[in-house]
Amino acid sequence: MNSWKYPAFWIALLLVIIGGLLPVITGSNIMRENMFLILLSVALASSLNILLGYAGYVSFGHIVFFGVGGYIGFYLLAVQNTPLWLAIIAGGIASAVLAWLLGAAILRLRGAYFALATIGVNEAVRTFINNFGPLGGPIGMEVNFSIYRQYGGAATMQWTTYWIVLGLTIAAIVLSYAVKFSRFGLGLMAIREDEDAAMVMGVRTPSAKTMAYVLSAIIPGMMGVIFFFRNSSIEPHEAFRLTRSIEMIVMVMLGGQGTVQGPLVGAALYEAIRSFLLTSPLFKDLQLAFAGLLLLLIILFVPSGVVGWLRSRYRKLWRVLE
Amino acid sequence: MMAQVENILQVKGVTKRFGGLTAVNNVTFDLPRGQILGLIGPNGAGKTTLFNVINGVYAPTEGHVIFKGTDISGWQPYDVVKLGLARTHQIVRPLNDLTVLENVMAGACYGHENRPLKEAQVIADEVMEFLGLAERRDMLAGSLNVAQKKRLEMARALASRPYMMLLDEVLAGLNPTEIAEMVEVVLKIREQGVTILIIEHVMHALMNVSDRVIVLDYGQLIAEGSPEEIANNPKVIEAYLGDPDLAKRLMENADGD
Ligand SMILES: Nc1ncnc2c1ncn2[C@@H]1O[C@H](COP(=O)(O)OP(=O)(O)OP(=O)(O)O)[C@@H](O)[C@H]1O
Ligand SMILES: [Mg+2]
Repeated sequence: MNSWKYPAFWIALLLVIIGGLLPVITGSNIMRENMFLILLSVALASSLNILLGYAGYVSFGHIVFFGVGGYIGFYLLAVQNTPLWLAIIAGGIASAVLAWLLGAAILRLRGAYFALATIGVNEAVRTFINNFGPLGGPIGMEVNFSIYRQYGGAATMQWTTYWIVLGLTIAAIVLSYAVKFSRFGLGLMAIREDEDAAMVMGVRTPSAKTMAYVLSAIIPGMMGVIFFFRNSSIEPHEAFRLTRSIEMIVMVMLGGQGTVQGPLVGAALYEAIRSFLLTSPLFKDLQLAFAGLLLLLIILFVPSGVVGWLRSRYRKLWRVLE
Repeated sequence: MMAQVENILQVKGVTKRFGGLTAVNNVTFDLPRGQILGLIGPNGAGKTTLFNVINGVYAPTEGHVIFKGTDISGWQPYDVVKLGLARTHQIVRPLNDLTVLENVMAGACYGHENRPLKEAQVIADEVMEFLGLAERRDMLAGSLNVAQKKRLEMARALASRPYMMLLDEVLAGLNPTEIAEMVEVVLKIREQGVTILIIEHVMHALMNVSDRVIVLDYGQLIAEGSPEEIANNPKVIEAYLGDPDLAKRLMENADGD
């Protein structure tokens, strides 16, 4: 099965690239900042989808990888004056290692127990950093704006990091596609459908699940570095915001868990809805309640999400929608 | 040394307890390579539990399971299948949201031969053809009917290219035509050199395919022998007295032969 020939993958890639180039075409910085957030969400949701959509493990605290990567990278940038590319890689590695260690401990739990454990992990890491002086404790860390001079000034840095985010988002899509159509991906989906049956069929479930967890953690970790570097500061409350975790789940579910395009569609839709809500004073404070309500509606009425629903509705489109 | 029949499977003093309940009680038997061994017993006798212990779903509380000379007691199921011992489930467990092809491919990918995707697909197509699932190849497994799901269980196990298969009631819930077809399949699998341990309540079918039969009752092995011996064994008939219908069919079968 030469799955790279399927149009579905190229459609997803094309959407990301066209979206990614919009700010250049329009030359608008506001557009760039909006796209930055959308691409970030797409990459986070696609990464989470490897665990949630393929392996069927709901991680409620996935933002912990974004935060940990962000903290490690920020520390290297701000304190050790490490080059940005190295800090990004370090953030990714830190998240991968954390996922690998956690995997052994909590991936033995199934269903709601695993989900609860991931929340616990996020809260535990946040509390730890809150009390950990070298990383700035509750106040966090800041960089002086002068640091951006090495990157050609703040304005150039914003473009540079934007391109990196676009690159990482493309990487997330490619990864998510490659996993889905691999032998490993088939094992993950067997786990999602029936973990006991998967074991009987020969899937080494502990290592497969750990691998999925690690793969789903790397890009969020790298994204954390870029996000907080751009932000010029990091603090525990921002880095480990549980609501962001929940939004990631909503995006995956809205677009269609287990599909490659789902997280892309879900993230874009959700960001669109959110930016609308943010401009409306009536809904500004109800964002999270809205996310919860949305999640509930999806689970009740379209559990397979937009892409999943279209797939089951129009079987002829299977190669286009994936 | 004299040429001996090689025992592909040896079960030695296996006991499995669930809390206070002894589901399998000190069971010992050997299975020579290439044979079909029938496993019968009333409901709740511990047959499925014995399968679960053999393929690693549960570790035995006591005793040992030896497959191809390797002590596999307490191994994980995924390690057992990689050694060439596959199984089907009494209550079918299709991977519902995957296609029939993907289900069978997963068996080939992760089973005994650990095939890459491309080769797995070739094996899967071959196995689906053999089991008459080829037309359903691209359907979701969840949409199959019971008989087809039973076939899917067989296909998945077979795609792992096992030396031996544990078949748990693959005939249950099938109509007479389907039963005849499935019996045919079982015999063909054996012709390919695969050893089979088969649990079955459909007595006449079991008596026809088995080389030997063992009987469990309340977790204990109460009889072992040729199908004729078993059908005439008073202990076995007594064990089935709680189920007069079965006992009757058992004896009818004995008269018939
Ligand atoms: N996981 C378990 N926990 C507790 N008790 C169990 C478990 N699995 C099986 N049992 C019990 O062990 C006994 C044997 O069950 P088992 O399923 O092995 O019987 P069986 O011979 O396969 O019956 P059937 O012909 O109905 O399939 C039963 O009393 C059952 O309730
Ligand atoms: Mg049973």
